[in-house]
Amino acid sequence: MLIQAGIVLLQVLIILALAPLLSGIIKKIKAFFQIRKGPSIFQPYYDIAKLLRKESVVSENVSWVFHAAPAISFAAILTAGLLIPIYISDMPFDFAGDLIAVVYLFALARFFTALASLDTGSSFGGMGASREMFIASMVEPALMLSVFAIALNVGSTNLSYISQTISMAGIDAVSPYHLLAFVALFIIAIAETGRIPVDNPATHLELTMIHEAMILEYSGKQLAIIELGVMIKQLLVFSLLANIFFPWGISSGFGIGIVISLIVYLIKIVFLGACMAMLETSTAKWRLFRLPNLLSISLMLSFLALVSFIIVKGG
Amino acid sequence: MEYTYLLIGLIISYLIGAASSIILNKKDHLCACAAFISASIASVFGIILSLSVVFGETFTFTLSSSSFLNFGFFVDRLSAFFILLISIAVFAVSIYSIGYAKEYFGKKNIGYLGFLYNIFILSMILVVTANNAVMFLIVWELMSVISYFLVVYEHEKPEVRKAGFIYIVMTHIGTGFIILSFLILASGSGSFDFETFSSTGAAMPQMLKDLVFLFALIGFGAKAGIVPLHIWLPYAHPAAPSNVSALMSGVMIKTAIYMLIRVFFDFLGAGVLWWGVLVLILASASALLGVMYALMEHDIKRLLAYHSVENIGIILIGISVSMIFVSSGYTELAAFGLIAGLYHTVNHAVFKSLLFMGAGSLIYSTHTRNMEDMGGLLKKMPWTGLFFLVGSISISALPPLNGFVSEWLTFQAQLLSINLSDNIIKIAVLSSGAALALTSALAAACFVKAFGISFLALPRSKAVEHAKEGPKSMLFGMGTLSLLCIILGVLPFYFVPVLNSIAAPLVGTTISKVTFDLSLAVFSLRSESISTMWLFLMLFIFLSLPFILALAVGGRTPTKTYDTWGCGQPVTTARNEYTATAFSKPIRMWLGNIYRPHREIQITYAGSPYFKERLTFDAQVEPIFEKYMYEPVAGLVVSVSRILRVIQTGSIHAYLAYIFITLIILFAFVISGGG
Repeated sequence: MLIQAGIVLLQVLIILALAPLLSGIIKKIKAFFQIRKGPSIFQPYYDIAKLLRKESVVSENVSWVFHAAPAISFAAILTAGLLIPIYISDMPFDFAGDLIAVVYLFALARFFTALASLDTGSSFGGMGASREMFIASMVEPALMLSVFAIALNVGSTNLSYISQTISMAGIDAVSPYHLLAFVALFIIAIAETGRIPVDNPATHLELTMIHEAMILEYSGKQLAIIELGVMIKQLLVFSLLANIFFPWGISSGFGIGIVISLIVYLIKIVFLGACMAMLETSTAKWRLFRLPNLLSISLMLSFLALVSFIIVKGG
Repeated sequence: MEYTYLLIGLIISYLIGAASSIILNKKDHLCACAAFISASIASVFGIILSLSVVFGETFTFTLSSSSFLNFGFFVDRLSAFFILLISIAVFAVSIYSIGYAKEYFGKKNIGYLGFLYNIFILSMILVVTANNAVMFLIVWELMSVISYFLVVYEHEKPEVRKAGFIYIVMTHIGTGFIILSFLILASGSGSFDFETFSSTGAAMPQMLKDLVFLFALIGFGAKAGIVPLHIWLPYAHPAAPSNVSALMSGVMIKTAIYMLIRVFFDFLGAGVLWWGVLVLILASASALLGVMYALMEHDIKRLLAYHSVENIGIILIGISVSMIFVSSGYTELAAFGLIAGLYHTVNHAVFKSLLFMGAGSLIYSTHTRNMEDMGGLLKKMPWTGLFFLVGSISISALPPLNGFVSEWLTFQAQLLSINLSDNIIKIAVLSSGAALALTSALAAACFVKAFGISFLALPRSKAVEHAKEGPKSMLFGMGTLSLLCIILGVLPFYFVPVLNSIAAPLVGTTISKVTFDLSLAVFSLRSESISTMWLFLMLFIFLSLPFILALAVGGRTPTKTYDTWGCGQPVTTARNEYTATAFSKPIRMWLGNIYRPHREIQITYAGSPYFKERLTFDAQVEPIFEKYMYEPVAGLVVSVSRILRVIQTGSIHAYLAYIFITLIILFAFVISGGG
């Protein structure tokens, strides 16, 4: 019981501590590819600390939804964090939710952020909410099919079980459907973390911003909470990719092994971050109405993953 | 014996409600109280009766018996489940109605409303308890006709009369098919008793069973609102008074689900594979098209009506997966699919009644159904807003509320299809998972729109600036169901075992393991589990974290209230706000092939083309089913009738001649030895 509480607490601390770092590292790598020096990898910590100390300016039009939304979204994302294996594959909370629950907890966070953005009466907020929900609608079917492909391949939707099984299978786990589902989920990860070519996290141009448009009216403490929440979500999405598709090296129990497990985990997410940074540097943001093409590719890939699994294994 | 008293108490309470409305119809206030309070008392009887049957034994009560027909009541666990569903919704809606009826005081006859309301509910109870086909058809027809009168309660409005017409036509097309289906069953089993149907129905020849299946699917599908028979819902639900739409959408269409389950699982036995596949396809189409059309609506009640089509689809996805399993011999898996379907049935009854009551409160306070005219209502109607938000989260299937639990169960049921032997069927069932995921994502988008546009930001019209919170009874009604949304969401491990016992007699087995340690565990692929209760607790704990973090790092900082930023120009009017139409624009463009949107912009110029005087903008999506399916059929009926009109001269002599000719033909037929 005590050990399990310890595992959970450590997990929360690791998530809170690593999320801004990952953001900083991705920015640094991006700067490297763009032949810039770039800010320090610790800049996101400074930014959040700075925002937490600032006064908030709140629109006079808003209701309680605007005030509550950052905390609710943050809580939803962090709750999802308890279900995703990070440094240990046997999560104490794995009974409380599976991969499907993670998907829907992210949806809960998005739901409240979108509502809050409509609350200020600004057209930017509405624009952001409308686009965000549009993209989410395209992501969801592809996401669910890849969830199905993974679940059927491993034999469960339980994330701890998925991690353990693939980790134990070793290199044998690599199969066409495994790879297809990975690519499908990677495309979804781009959309879920709001990165180029879907959304540009660094933009404040009316025509292109999506997530930034939603949180345009936030400032001070609330903005800090939202920014932290977004960073955590990014870390969690990367962790999902890492510990579902290549969980090798993850520790299965609590012990000295977790140090190695943590180092391996760091390498994995930095690698994924580097991939993301490379992709962001080499492509431009797509027009909003070209996104259905991108996400249809993801849908098709996950469908192929499912079909190939059924043909190879299920017959 | 106690069952009998409860049933009699229930029927009498509804009848008292109906009678007292008629007697007191001159005194609006008293009449509303009498009608709706006795309905809520009756619903308490219903709740007790259904619970005692669910946890007890099947109950039959015969009024009159003959060799040909037994008139009476038959309440097994499935019926009891639906009585419970109806009674819970009726309890909340009746209390809500005490306040809501004020909307009509002095304008309309309250006695008439109270009378129809009570008889309507009674007829629904009778529909789910009828023990033979004849009695069933009588009460089914009663329910349809009474609900028609409730739909046209505000009959002075032409659009309401049109809605009523569409409803009564569609519902009677349905009844026609139901009669056909029952006649085939009766001819196969030699009796009209439901008990005989269920004992002999499975032994009928396959072709007859196929026909019964198809006719029942069309007949009850028309009532449930399965695509393409759904067209009456977006007309009838908005036209009816909101408390009645809450019941029609929340529970009346569920009576069709009840009969679908009864016919498919009880009367026809295991069935064949293609039945389940056909229902699965129709269900997925209903779910997707329902939510897609809902997104394009800005009439809040039409939006909710389309969501009923969506949710009926979701319910039927669970049920059809179950049918596929039954026909393949996997009874335990079938129990699982049926539980998912039943769980969503009760969830939809709760949150849809809640949302329709919320919409009713909006109409009560603002006198408009158009969301584009609302806005900023959360500050003026905080409780209604909160309850509507709870309903929105539930219907969007977000954890930890009830919609999530049933959709999770449905996803797990779909995953189980990996056990089937046919690869194509497997892929079809799994693909319906993608359809369900798209449906719930679009539903979330739709309710961000519905809640965001009507409750948040600034008021968009004069009408809503002075809106006030409705009477306490309305808040109580909505509050009860909101609480139920949370309970059904957070404590599913209490309800799933009950559903397990309800599904058991229908599929022949129970699931061995459904719960452990306050979480919902199913044997799906391995042993899957979720615990919405723990998710709920963790959400609560983590809610405090941002505040602790903010205080610990940043200390106390002031908060300043200021204008919304609008590129240098302050946003002070609602004209700057995003509209519902604009919100759904990306989706309208993305799915343009389905919506076929068209818009018309008319500009009148004041002399020079540089100065616009007026601009009218009209955007619509094409109602495909009405245009390409119903209009041609209606046109055909009209033109055939025109031809037949030739024989209807209006002269009595001609008609006497027809009778005479018919007689002669019949005589000739008999004499020649035919028949």
